[in-house]
Formats: sequence, C-alpha cells, structure tokens
Amino acid sequence: MTERVAVLAGGRSPEREVSLRSGHRVLTALQARGFEASLIDPSEGPFVDNLSAARVSACYVALHGKEGEDGTVQRLLELLGIPYTGTPPLACELTFDKVLAKEMLDAAGVATPPWAAVQEDALRDLAAGPVLPRIVERTGLPLVVKPSRAGSAMGLSFVQDERELPQAVMNALSFADAAVVERKIVGPEVAVGMLAGTGPLPLVEIVPRSGVFDYAARYTPGATEYHAPARLPPEIASACQAEAERAFRTLGLRDVARADVMVDGGGRPWIVDVNVSPGMTDTSLLPVAARAGGIGFEELCERVLRLALDRA
Amino acid sequence: MAEFDVDPYADLYARRTAGMSASEVRALFAVASRPDVVSFAGGMPAVQALPTDHVTEVVGSVLAESSDVALQYGDGQGPPGLRERLAMLMAEEGTPADPADMVVTTGAQQALDLLGKVLLDPGDPIAVEAPAYVGALSAFSAYEPRYLQIELDDDGMIVDRLEEALVRGERPKLVYTVPNFHNPAGVTMSRARRERLVSLCREARIPIVEDNPYGLLRFEGEVEPTLRSMDPQNVIYLGTVSKVFSPGVRVGWAVAEPGVLQRLVLAKEAADLCGSNLNMLVTERYLSDDRWRSNLERLVETYRRRRDVMLSALAERFPADATWTRPAGGFYVWVRLPGYLDTPSLLAAAVERRVAYVPGTAFYPDGRGRDRMRLAFCYPPEERIEAGIRRLGELLEDEEELYRSLSG
Repeated sequence: MTERVAVLAGGRSPEREVSLRSGHRVLTALQARGFEASLIDPSEGPFVDNLSAARVSACYVALHGKEGEDGTVQRLLELLGIPYTGTPPLACELTFDKVLAKEMLDAAGVATPPWAAVQEDALRDLAAGPVLPRIVERTGLPLVVKPSRAGSAMGLSFVQDERELPQAVMNALSFADAAVVERKIVGPEVAVGMLAGTGPLPLVEIVPRSGVFDYAARYTPGATEYHAPARLPPEIASACQAEAERAFRTLGLRDVARADVMVDGGGRPWIVDVNVSPGMTDTSLLPVAARAGGIGFEELCERVLRLALDRA
Repeated sequence: MAEFDVDPYADLYARRTAGMSASEVRALFAVASRPDVVSFAGGMPAVQALPTDHVTEVVGSVLAESSDVALQYGDGQGPPGLRERLAMLMAEEGTPADPADMVVTTGAQQALDLLGKVLLDPGDPIAVEAPAYVGALSAFSAYEPRYLQIELDDDGMIVDRLEEALVRGERPKLVYTVPNFHNPAGVTMSRARRERLVSLCREARIPIVEDNPYGLLRFEGEVEPTLRSMDPQNVIYLGTVSKVFSPGVRVGWAVAEPGVLQRLVLAKEAADLCGSNLNMLVTERYLSDDRWRSNLERLVETYRRRRDVMLSALAERFPADATWTRPAGGFYVWVRLPGYLDTPSLLAAAVERRVAYVPGTAFYPDGRGRDRMRLAFCYPPEERIEAGIRRLGELLEDEEELYRSLSG
C-alpha cells in the first residue's frame, strides 16, 4: 500500500522561493521512493481544509522562515493530529527566534559569540538608541548584525566600524522586530547536520568565493565551494560536532537540524546559527553533508519522513 | 573526497555570467507577486483593458486566413506588412522610417541583446543614464562593457556630463538613452538636451541607441521629436508594441542604418532564426485598422488617472523629506528618500505590509541608488494604488522614527 503524504512548502515568508525549491526536490524524491506525495502551499487557499482533504498520514515540513519554522504550522499539525517531520512547536519557536535561542545556549554554556539584542520596541518606546555604543564595548568589532527571526542570511550585514551599526540595525529590523548584534568570529565556517537515527554526518566546510556567505553565495550554484568532510584537524572537527550536538539538545530539536559553526583562530567552535528546517535545495548544506556520509538525497528524504511516520 | 561542489560545472561558466546570481530582492518579489500585495514593482501594461472580442477576432482571422504563413518559419527581418505597420507607429510621433531599415525582434529587449552582440567587445565603454533601464543593463552586461554613468535630472540626461566625459578622453562605443518617460526615472528629455545630445554624438561619431517604449503613452504636453528624427544616420531606434498593444506577443523592433541593420538581422537569425510568425501576423492585423487607436486612448486615460492617484497619494502620505518625479507619461515615478533609508533592506518590511516596489540599486551598475525606489503606477487599479501608497507611507514614517531613536 502506498502511503499518502504531503510536502509543505511555499508560505509567505521572504524565504518562499527557497522553500518552494526545497519542497519540489523533496516531493520528487519521495515520489521516486514510492510515496503518493503532493505539495501543499499553506499560503495558497485554505490550508487546513486543503490538508484535511488530502488525507495524508504525515507531512514533510519543507517550509522556511516565519510560520513554517517558528512553530505556527507545527501547532496546527499537532491540533489536527497529523504527524510531521522535524521539531515540535515550542522548540521551533525558541530556535527560530535568535534572541531566545542565544539566551538558551548561553544559559546552557554552549559557546555562542558575545552578543546583544536590539529590540525595535526598546528603540521606539524606551529611547534605547544610546545603548548601541555599550554593545560595541561588550562585543568588540567586527560585528555581524542579523534579524532575530529570518533565515537564508536575509537582512544580515557586517559591521567593521561602530558608525555603521545604526544602519545595520535598521536593515535587520526590516525583517524582524529585533536585531541580534554578534561578534564576528573570523575563521573557517562549517555546517553540522543532524539526522536522527543516523550517526553524525560529515561536517561541511563552507568557502564562499566572494568571501561572504550571503544570500547570493547560498543560492547561486557554484558561488560557494563546499568541502565534505571539512578540512579541519580531527580534534577540532569533533569539537564542532560536540558543540552542535549540545546546541541541538539544549534547544530540543527533533529529526533533522543544522547548526552553523565558526571556528576561531584558537580552534574553538562557536555556534552562530541553528536551523529547525534545513534547506533542501540543490545548493543546501544538509543534503551535501548526507551525500558525503553516503546517504543520497532520496534516501535522506525518506529517512526523515519515516521518523514522522513512526510517530503515527 | 575533498571538494564537494554542488555545481559540478562551476569552473566552466563563461566570465560574462559572473553577474548572474541569486538575490534577496528577487526572492522577495516571489512573495510580492501574491494577490494581497499591492505591487508597484513590475512595469506590467494593463492588458485587461484590451477588448477581448477584438483580440480574439484578430487571432481568429490570422489563423483562418493565413495559417500556412502564421505557423511556418519566416524571414529573419520580419514580415514586410508588419514592418509597414510599425513604421506607421513611428510616424505617430513624427519619426520617418523606411520598413527596409527595420528588423523585427522578440520585444525591444532582444534588440538590446543583439546590439550588445554586434557592437560590444569586453571592456568597451558605453554611456548609460544614471539611473538606467535595468533590462538594458542586464542585456549589455553579458557583453562585459564598462559603464559610463551619466546623471539625469528633470530634463533627462545631463548632456554636459557626457561632454565632460568625452573631454576627459572617454570614447563610449554608444550612448543608450530612454528619452521619453524614462524607466525608472519617469522624466522626459527636453528639446534643448535632445539637440545637444544629437549634435555632440554626431561630432564625436558615437552612435545613440534611442529606446522609446513609452513615447505614445503621453498624458499631457507636446510631443518631443525623437532623436532618430533629428539624426537618422547616427541614431539606432528601438520600439515595441508591448505598451501600445501587448507584451505577450513579444514584438519589438530596431531601425538602423544598413551596416548595423545587416549585422542585427544576421545576429537575430543566429539567435532564433526568426520571430514568431503567428505573433507578428497578429500584431500586423491588430494595427491594420483604426481600432487600436481607441484602445490605446483608453489605456492612456487609464494610466493618466493612475498616475494622478499615485501623485496625490504620494503628496499626502510620503514624508516631507522625500522627493519624486512627475511623469508626463509612461509607467514610473522615481522616488528619492532621505539617505538613512535603505530601499533594498526595506523591501522585506514593505512586503510584510503588503506593498512592493523596485529598490533603486537595480538601476545602477555600481550599487548606488540605495535611497531610491521605482514605483510603477501602470498595473494596480486606483483604489489599490491609494492603499499601497498609504502602506508605504506608514512604513517610511515608522522607519524615520526608528532612525531618530537610533541616532539618539
């Protein structure tokens, strides 16, 4: 008997396009694996009705960004009693919000670069502008400024000079109601993938040809070189792996996830981002990690889906 | 297994593809095309205003009477009957044109690509307006030119700046301009500037590429002579039926002197053998009786009302320190915001508030324009324009407040 499943992709977040690319690839992979899979875009038509009409035994969540990654869709799926891939609502909410995630990681002693949050309400209602110089005193330069709730490096800027900070904060606040200002760690960048029920996946080292792993470097095939496994000494690679696993545990992630890790000059790993819905596009990191670990794309999608089906 | 390239061909791409990459702004447009978003982004003609019966009749009669031609390959230069009709369109603005000097292209966009192919070697300097039509920049960029950006103001390209560049020793291969209702700036080149430009380029032996998609969409004021009519020997003229009929038929054209024309035709044949005969014959038939005029008048009236609504909404809703152009025709208003606003980043917040525009950076090859935005008034109905400008105005007001709180 073929199992009916839905791939959820699209949505109305700025990452809609990325999600549709992830979703179509997952869809094709699952169909090739014999599932009766269809794609449902929560932003097209009445989502709950569409989902109920599809009578699926599980959903593969290939949504990125708001609603798909912040627990909103997951809460609906819980209510509807439909098993789904990935992390449950509360952990989604904590992880997707970089301010909350950093608080959690800090509290658990997971290494994450020195940081501060700038909340839009604080600026508007509490005249918080004058705290910006304090932030720089605390974190040092250079800085990365990113929206608290967004993905794909959208709204992200680098700050070399304190005077660039207000503009960078404004740019980030275009995507979210808070900005995370974080010390930029200089050194190799690696992605650590998590796939439940499988041993650790090889680390993927990210070398953007432009020097900056921004939106264009992420989604233009060929704009970034990936090395898998990463070209790191084994003890540093295992330290990255261990730090990422602590982050996954701390945040309560399930099934699949990805952590982005920067390694500083002293070989120390720092968690710079954690994703509950890792990209599954043709240039995404988790599929590269899986492939390097001998797991092809179709196999990867099926394994993830089976984790949800097993909860049925 | 050391290197893991997700694109095994990464090392094979031609250098000219270097600028072709994914972008955040493009990704946001995917959200902006949703129906609840008022989009001032795309310059889409209001094709809904075309009478469907009329168009259906035209397509039907082409198929009924000339299907053997319409469904066949055609001539690289385009059907002679169509070229006569297109020459007639040019005569509407007082531009004489001989159908023999014309090549029909897949939209004027293909003519831009063919001109690049025929005229540009890598590193060749070309002069474009700053800002410039983004589609021309994309078409030319594939041929790796070096851009000389000539500023414009309310009277169009500031020709003195071009002259200064020539005095500095620059020798652009061509000067590209949209003199009427500029895309994105909305401005129209004054008579005096036209005369200066034509004489300067004639003396310097630099051909002008005159791109005139919007000339017939004039809301008010006197028709300015086309550059082509002022100096046929030195001006390559580009036209399109996208705005007077339909962009869906992809019919544009170039008029040039025989040497350039011959190369354009050969390049066109190398690119796609010939245009779509079906579409070209439909266009010819559409332009063969006078009904297109009344259809166009209705369209122009629609655009004029939309422009009026946008200008008054801007005056009411936009911050006092923003400025914008007042187009006498065409599709676009070009807005300049206070310098602390960054239109590429602001787009995400705009889309969140269900309104979209094109950030100014699209129209400069060098990343300038972060404080500019292009607003197209051609497509959304009047009440949607009002709502969209209100949403944008509120956003800008909030941003201004945020800026003040950040700058202490």
